Amino acid sequence: MIQIDQVSHQIGGTPILHDISTTLPKGRLTALIGPNGAGKSTLLRLIGRLEPLQAGRITVAGHDVATTPTDRLARVMAILGQQTAIASRLRLSELVAFGRWPHHKGRPGPADRARVTQALEAFALAPLAHRFLDEVSGGQAQRAHIAMAFAQDTDWLLLDEPLNNLDMAHARALMSRLRALVDHAGRSVAMVVHEINYAAAWADHVIAMKDGRVIAEGPAAEVLTEALLSDLYDAPIRVGQHLGRPLVLHHV
Amino acid sequence: MDSRALDPGIAARRPEAAAGPAPDRRPALILGGMALLLALLAAVWMLQGLGPGNRGFILGLRATKLAALVTVAVAVGVSTILFQTVAANRVLTPSIMGFDALYVLLQTVLVITLGGAGLVGLPPGAKFLAEIAVMSALAATLFGTLLLRGARDVPRMILTGVILGVLFRSVSGFLGRIMDPNEFAVVQSVSFASFNRVDATLLPLAMAVTALAVALAWRMSARLDVLALGRDPAVSLGLAHRGVTLAVLALVAVLVSVSTALVGPVAFFGLIVAGLAHGLMRTAAHAVLLPAAGLSAAILLVGGQWLFERQLGQAATLSVVVEFAGGLFFLYLLLKGRIR
Repeated sequence: MIQIDQVSHQIGGTPILHDISTTLPKGRLTALIGPNGAGKSTLLRLIGRLEPLQAGRITVAGHDVATTPTDRLARVMAILGQQTAIASRLRLSELVAFGRWPHHKGRPGPADRARVTQALEAFALAPLAHRFLDEVSGGQAQRAHIAMAFAQDTDWLLLDEPLNNLDMAHARALMSRLRALVDHAGRSVAMVVHEINYAAAWADHVIAMKDGRVIAEGPAAEVLTEALLSDLYDAPIRVGQHLGRPLVLHHV
Repeated sequence: MDSRALDPGIAARRPEAAAGPAPDRRPALILGGMALLLALLAAVWMLQGLGPGNRGFILGLRATKLAALVTVAVAVGVSTILFQTVAANRVLTPSIMGFDALYVLLQTVLVITLGGAGLVGLPPGAKFLAEIAVMSALAATLFGTLLLRGARDVPRMILTGVILGVLFRSVSGFLGRIMDPNEFAVVQSVSFASFNRVDATLLPLAMAVTALAVALAWRMSARLDVLALGRDPAVSLGLAHRGVTLAVLALVAVLVSVSTALVGPVAFFGLIVAGLAHGLMRTAAHAVLLPAAGLSAAILLVGGQWLFERQLGQAATLSVVVEFAGGLFFLYLLLKGRIR
């Protein structure tokens, strides 16, 4: 479980998060949704200690992110931010191999190599493994970054808009893989999603944020309602049903 | 949206890349070849035209200069790679960001406060070590703040660094103008690059300090690889990002102090060397990049100095040629859009 207690955050004097207290349940796929500037990414980055906590407390599976040694946290959670430009010239296989670093600290063993191969195959990157990062498309590079986080093999996986740059087929494949991680491997996933139907179709738990506050949280079917979404995005939004799950008709 | 994802040309463009991994022996072979070339150059440097008389004296003189050149080369090469990793930028070097200007300023302030005579009176070894310590602390504070706060704003960081460098040089220049001419002569020796005038008294100490700093950098090479991924991935992988950044900056400051104390500031030399190391090795592994940078720098310096001193009869100055070629290379990198 990720426990967030009274977290507030400012960037350059502008308040981004206002006194947020919530929990992300263990063993579930949690989606953070909300309009641009709601503070979703900031909250995820605070959980993943990519930004220092200014006020409040966050624990991940009992580890306080402010006080637990960072290399210990790296074996509890993996976080993938939105900025994925890398200055060095790396092959895809080398990038994914970095996911094992928290476990071997520079001396990879056969088990680490096996995990890297597995991660490359899981994200259909095996044929591209020897290409350089700047020689593949944005979507392929994005998949390599996700595969790196996957290879880190942590109980918690935090992803900030992982669907960026992915085409329909790969986006759906990613969601299905995350679903399998949660259902069969006992992992917990938290992700920021912009395309709300991915949350509607795949997420167990939805946290809706607006203007730095959590305005609703709960099972997907309870949060993704016409009234709530219209209020969240300040625009009339219709919600239908498809195979027993909400289908958000935001584009018509 | 990324339109390249739909472009079949991307896959077709580089068919050889999918063919298989580059053999792992390649870096080792190149490093071995470079070491051999350096050994050859060193042998030529030491033994060329050695007559029957005064052998001991000539060999001693040549050995001192060779050791100084190699020490400076390794210090410049390794410090540039380290700095580029910490700054996540292939165009910046410690000199462009004002590290050596800071060292010259430190020297000038020392001369002003202690007086030229007082400075010369100090034991050179202890003074040098103290300077290195002060320099590391200053650089870690100054550039650490700059890199840790502004790392996401690369243009601002570069501008700040360049302006800091200009500031340091101007302050040194101003102090040089108001200072006693005799005392200025003491400062002048560190203010201009010259491979002909090497401060031999500091050499053993400089070599030891360089060896220690390079060994520490080498031991950090796995962490440097992670650092090169950028801040977010490095933190996610559990690297103590702040601590490693400051440690690397301190090492850079130590190495820059050594090279500046021995031959003076060499602005663009590091850029050539780092570019060569990256281009030759085509890997991001610091365990390979660091020795490659050190070796290629040593080959360039020893070979260049041999060419100018023995073949061209000092018709030109190595430092000027190095700066000229380095400046051109810098412009090339800028125009190719490698700055980011």
